[in-house]
Amino acid sequence: MAEITKLIHKYLRHDKKFPHVWCPGCGIGIMLGALIRAIDRIGYEKDEIVLVSGIGCSGRLPVYVDFNTLHTTHGRALTFATGVKLAKPSLKVIVIMGDGDAVAIGGNHFIHAARRNIDLTAIILNNSVYGMTGGQYSPTTPYGMRSTTTVYSNIEQDFKISELAVTAGAVFVGRGTVYHAKLLDSLIEKALLKKGFSVVEVISHCHTQYGRQNRLGSAVEMMEWQRDHAVAVEKAATMKPEELRDKIVIGVLVDKELPVYQDEYDKIRERAKETIRR
Amino acid sequence: MLQGNEAVVEGALRAGCRFFAGYPITPATEISEILSVKLPQVDGTFIQMEDEIASLGAVIGASLAGVKAMTATSGPGFSLMQENLGFAVIAEVPCVIVNVMRGGPSTGLPTSPAQGDVMQARWGTHGDHPIIVLSASTVRECYEVTIHAFNFSEKYRTPVIVLIDEVVAHMREKMTLDDEEKIEIFNRVKPTVPPEWYIPYEDTPRGIPAMANFGEGYRYHVTGLTHDIRGFPTSRPDEIGPFIARLHRKISQHFSEIQMGEFYQTEDAEITIVAYGCVARSAKRAVREAREKGIKVGLLKLTTIWPFMRSSVEKVLQSSKVLIVPEMNMGQLSREVKRVNRGIAKVITINKVDGTIITPGEIMNRITEAKS
Ligand SMILES: Cc1ncc(C[n+]2csc(CCOP(=O)(O)OP(=O)(O)O)c2C)c(N)n1
Ligand code: SF4
Ligand SMILES: [Mg+2]
Repeated sequence: MAEITKLIHKYLRHDKKFPHVWCPGCGIGIMLGALIRAIDRIGYEKDEIVLVSGIGCSGRLPVYVDFNTLHTTHGRALTFATGVKLAKPSLKVIVIMGDGDAVAIGGNHFIHAARRNIDLTAIILNNSVYGMTGGQYSPTTPYGMRSTTTVYSNIEQDFKISELAVTAGAVFVGRGTVYHAKLLDSLIEKALLKKGFSVVEVISHCHTQYGRQNRLGSAVEMMEWQRDHAVAVEKAATMKPEELRDKIVIGVLVDKELPVYQDEYDKIRERAKETIRR
Repeated sequence: MLQGNEAVVEGALRAGCRFFAGYPITPATEISEILSVKLPQVDGTFIQMEDEIASLGAVIGASLAGVKAMTATSGPGFSLMQENLGFAVIAEVPCVIVNVMRGGPSTGLPTSPAQGDVMQARWGTHGDHPIIVLSASTVRECYEVTIHAFNFSEKYRTPVIVLIDEVVAHMREKMTLDDEEKIEIFNRVKPTVPPEWYIPYEDTPRGIPAMANFGEGYRYHVTGLTHDIRGFPTSRPDEIGPFIARLHRKISQHFSEIQMGEFYQTEDAEITIVAYGCVARSAKRAVREAREKGIKVGLLKLTTIWPFMRSSVEKVLQSSKVLIVPEMNMGQLSREVKRVNRGIAKVITINKVDGTIITPGEIMNRITEAKS
């Protein structure tokens, strides 16, 4: 067995009924691999990790891995994660969401979690579609694309998840693709190590729904598209907006410092206790 | 002098609540405001979330991490909580939801009393599910019932809803903070087996599996999907059936422990009033007045709303030929009374939905009518 496969097996739940629910060729598995490698490199204990997810193909990820795992309701993963983290700050809380999960039904929770700067890492698998429910358009489906609920054409503009996270105040925002696996490993690692609300947007493909409806080819072809359209942040800085229109800017978009919620709340506790002492 | 909402806070703290997440709404806001001051004093956590969906989500998360947690809201917010309420039911996460009721539907009557959420509390979340719902008619009861709510939630691993009428939440009554009778505090039963033997949703004779908190060495899966005894999603009928049956059984087989109420002068009563919340206060007054006039009236006060106190109603039916059910809604709990009654006694309802309380006089009028 290759070392990398052995590593993944160290973290899989062997008493869980396999096979998994994902289509062969789906990018979610690559994201799972990247997450496990990052966790292993940092050396977290399995017991200290809480992996929280919402509902969707991506939301099915936690069930397969041997951490404390919490599969919540659609769009609400960050709210549950907020409770876990504030109740027991020693836990490392990681949240997995789909694009619909994070910025459609859960959009409000997403911007508020970023604004509060609670120490959580949000990893969002953006496949531009509602995969689990069979390929309806999502807030990240680009204008002009097809889905089962935009069979004529999508007339809405899409959200850029990472830019939204930056604006909402996340202290770390990185975007990668499932094609650029090495970059993804390092983005997730950096996000996990960052204190505060960190976001990694993972551009992925859903070849069986979105790909088929838009004739984008196989999983491999869609990953080649990711390769051909990705531009590193550093290079993007030198390009014009028109040139960037159909490009995916990858790399670290933001890495800054802001007061972290838990630290601030600890101070509130001190002040609250002083008021009773007085 | 303590206000009903303040008494809820004191009860929660006494029960060991150390986490609150909520979104402001009249007439429950005081609970948030006071807990934002008191929780950090005791190393607890208060957070104001972006809405009520998020509030209950955070509460469930905190409870899974091992901290007793609650939220407080009113009708519109309670509606938003229904989905995550179902999550707490299926994943068996202890938590307490206080709903200080106001007139509905929709934004309705933000500052007026009503009892319109009795059925929503029972059936608001989708799917078949058991639930525990308690009510309070005095400030002291706000305190005690909140403690019981936490105890039941921990004991039976279930969300518990406390329905409080706006007038009770805002009324001030004399009350000391020492318990009249010491209420024992119950904490969730944790697993004692080594982690590799832990079966998180095991069927036990009591129907309540031991609960491991996140981060204590028992790594397991929590999901809103119907799951097997290990917590993993299942679509096998032979696993689904027993699981749903156990969810119901863990409450139904403990009915008698959950039933809380008061029989007031019911032994010889020919007419019994069945009431809860602030209406039970008016009813008690009416009973006294009627007794003075020589009419044999009694009161069955329900503190436990759900599961419905069927056997207590059956008991008063042994002597009573008339049941009067006054409610500040169009007749929600009276349906349940009628179901138990099955035509034995005459059931008279008093329904008021104009934002004012039901007075002792109004109940007295129906008593005199029933007598003649
Ligand atoms: C409240 C609610 N509304 C709708 C659904 C149905 N639903 C399940 S998954 C999903 C969309 C998933 O899309 P996304 O979040 O992008 O995840 P993906 O499957 O693409 O990974 C929807 C609409 C649901 N489970 N809950
Ligand atoms: S439907 Fe799409 S997103 Fe879901 S598993 Fe299949 S390929 Fe992946
Ligand atoms: Mg998606």
